[in-house]
Amino acid sequence: MATAKDPNPRPVRTSSSFSRNPSSPSAAPASPPVPGVKPGPSGAAFVSSGIPDLDKILGGGFLLGSVVMVMEDADAPHHLLLLRNFMSQGIVHRQPLLFASPAEDPRAFLGTLPSPVSSSKEERQRAPGLDPDAKDKEKGLRIAWQYKKYFGERQVPELHNRGIEQDFSNDFDLRKPLERQMFRTQQIDCVSIQDTANLAVLHEHCSTFLSDLTRNEGCNVNAGRIAIQSLCAPQCGYSELDWDMVSFIRSLRAMIRCSNAVAVITFPTSVLSPSFSKRWQHLADTLLSVRAMPDEDKELAKLLTGYQDMVGLLHVHKVSQINTQVPVILEATTFSLKLQKRRSLILERLNQAPVDASSGTSYATSGSCSGSSKGSPLDF
Amino acid sequence: MRGFARRERERGDMNPPSNLLDEALGLGHGGAIAALPAGRVVLVEDCVETSGAFVLHHLLKRALSAGEGGGDVLFLALAQPFSHYDRVLRKLGCSLSVQRNNNKLHFFDMLKLEFPGLTGGNDIESGFVGLYSKIQRAIEARRSKEYSRGCITIMIDDLSLLEIAACGSIDCVLDFLYYCISLTAELDCSLVILNHEDIYSSEEAPRFLSHLEYLADIVIKTEPLSTGLSADVHGQLTIFNKGTSSRHGHSMNKIHNFHFKVKENGVEYFYPGSQY
Repeated sequence: MATAKDPNPRPVRTSSSFSRNPSSPSAAPASPPVPGVKPGPSGAAFVSSGIPDLDKILGGGFLLGSVVMVMEDADAPHHLLLLRNFMSQGIVHRQPLLFASPAEDPRAFLGTLPSPVSSSKEERQRAPGLDPDAKDKEKGLRIAWQYKKYFGERQVPELHNRGIEQDFSNDFDLRKPLERQMFRTQQIDCVSIQDTANLAVLHEHCSTFLSDLTRNEGCNVNAGRIAIQSLCAPQCGYSELDWDMVSFIRSLRAMIRCSNAVAVITFPTSVLSPSFSKRWQHLADTLLSVRAMPDEDKELAKLLTGYQDMVGLLHVHKVSQINTQVPVILEATTFSLKLQKRRSLILERLNQAPVDASSGTSYATSGSCSGSSKGSPLDF
Repeated sequence: MRGFARRERERGDMNPPSNLLDEALGLGHGGAIAALPAGRVVLVEDCVETSGAFVLHHLLKRALSAGEGGGDVLFLALAQPFSHYDRVLRKLGCSLSVQRNNNKLHFFDMLKLEFPGLTGGNDIESGFVGLYSKIQRAIEARRSKEYSRGCITIMIDDLSLLEIAACGSIDCVLDFLYYCISLTAELDCSLVILNHEDIYSSEEAPRFLSHLEYLADIVIKTEPLSTGLSADVHGQLTIFNKGTSSRHGHSMNKIHNFHFKVKENGVEYFYPGSQY
């Protein structure tokens, strides 16, 4: 696989024993790690997106100091799934949170946040099916059984790493709301951006929020999260002021870059003109889009396995490149959003259903070059 | 004279062989590293899917290590903080902190640049005038030093953010660019601009982009492969080199097209299908 040849692989996605371990003793900072923050490549650090699968896809999570943008589906609220899990994860880690929304009472949204699944048994149950990496790792070790003694030292940090990872991201039960008392103990700032004539208020909130989170070498500050829902929604008073909005995002990005925080901004692309939509996309460090599944799409249902369980599709357009010039190339960029047991959110790569022999579009069915008597157009 | 030749040879040994990008830019002759010829305007255009920042990093490293003791660079950074460029360039084998301390690199940290007030056109205009006079002063200070005869390169990363800082007054940005270009002609500098092509692809604002392309001597475009993402080929580069007169006298107006793969310590350039 090409990823294995890459000189600087993102640590989470590779299972090769030659990969650089980001949390190996030499690389780990001397000061105790902040809960919910994981060291990443090139001096960057990750916080969890609240969806363990998304963390895995992005190579560890959202990078501190980056702006994540989610392009909304025009007709469905799927972006709220991402936003809720992102906010819940922050509250579970006791990280300060700033939430801005075009709703009248943004604080009401906090009542819909999901609560973490308590038992780790659930995680174990779904791990084997979901995580091919883990299986690979085991297989790799079995093949190299005779070298096992050499792995002795390496396994210690790995186990240690796994312990961190469990704290790093939780599974959330979408049916169970987060306990109220969680909100009282920590810093949560809610701003309504409905009917505000300009972005000065939000800008003010962001800069005071981020002033406590300035990054400085040596001492670890807690990581902060900013969640902004539908920044360019038409009910905001400034939604006509295209240049003000991009200039707000630009200055937010500049502030985020030098602080220990992540901002997630969702926006409906259909409201923006194509050229401004591109500008927004360029301002994003990590760019995702969500799309609802069409309800009764017979064609699609035939094409994809597990169509019934899918609630939507998530597309990864861009992964942040902080402190590096190498783009992250994912093996797949479109994933299906599924609700497992109607409660926890998982992401899976799309699986194409086996195609009927009659259609003959699959290479697998017409794999033989000449032996096939069906005479499908792909034979030669 | 002999000492000079030896130094040249040593430097030639140290440096990696020139690649397709350098050849297309007309830099790759003779093995020794040359900066962009003076008075050149280079425009790098990229899109959301494929970032063109690596071209800028390459040209930055090239400019700092070119010629006798290297040239000077004025870097207008709107997209990233210094630490980002420092880390990226360090992996390419060039320390920006050292270069900055040696006064070779003049780093304008404009991540948070905002022109005061942002109310009327006058503020933005005066903001640009201030910025331009800063650049002019920096260049003149460098020119006045007798020991520095190397080429000065002005780099802008990236222009679309400058547009945002100017609240969309394209005329101000263009005026600023015209001033910078006249500066390059007068004081033997070259100008490298990064911009995003896809912003202008819709019908609303193609004027700005065609203006830029007219001004540029070399246009470098980065695009994704039409066949989709690949781990081995990150995208393709198209280079329009307008009328460089080669050493044989005839002018060549050439289009180069090849694929690339970005790595931490450099970029691989190759013709389609020639890799693996």
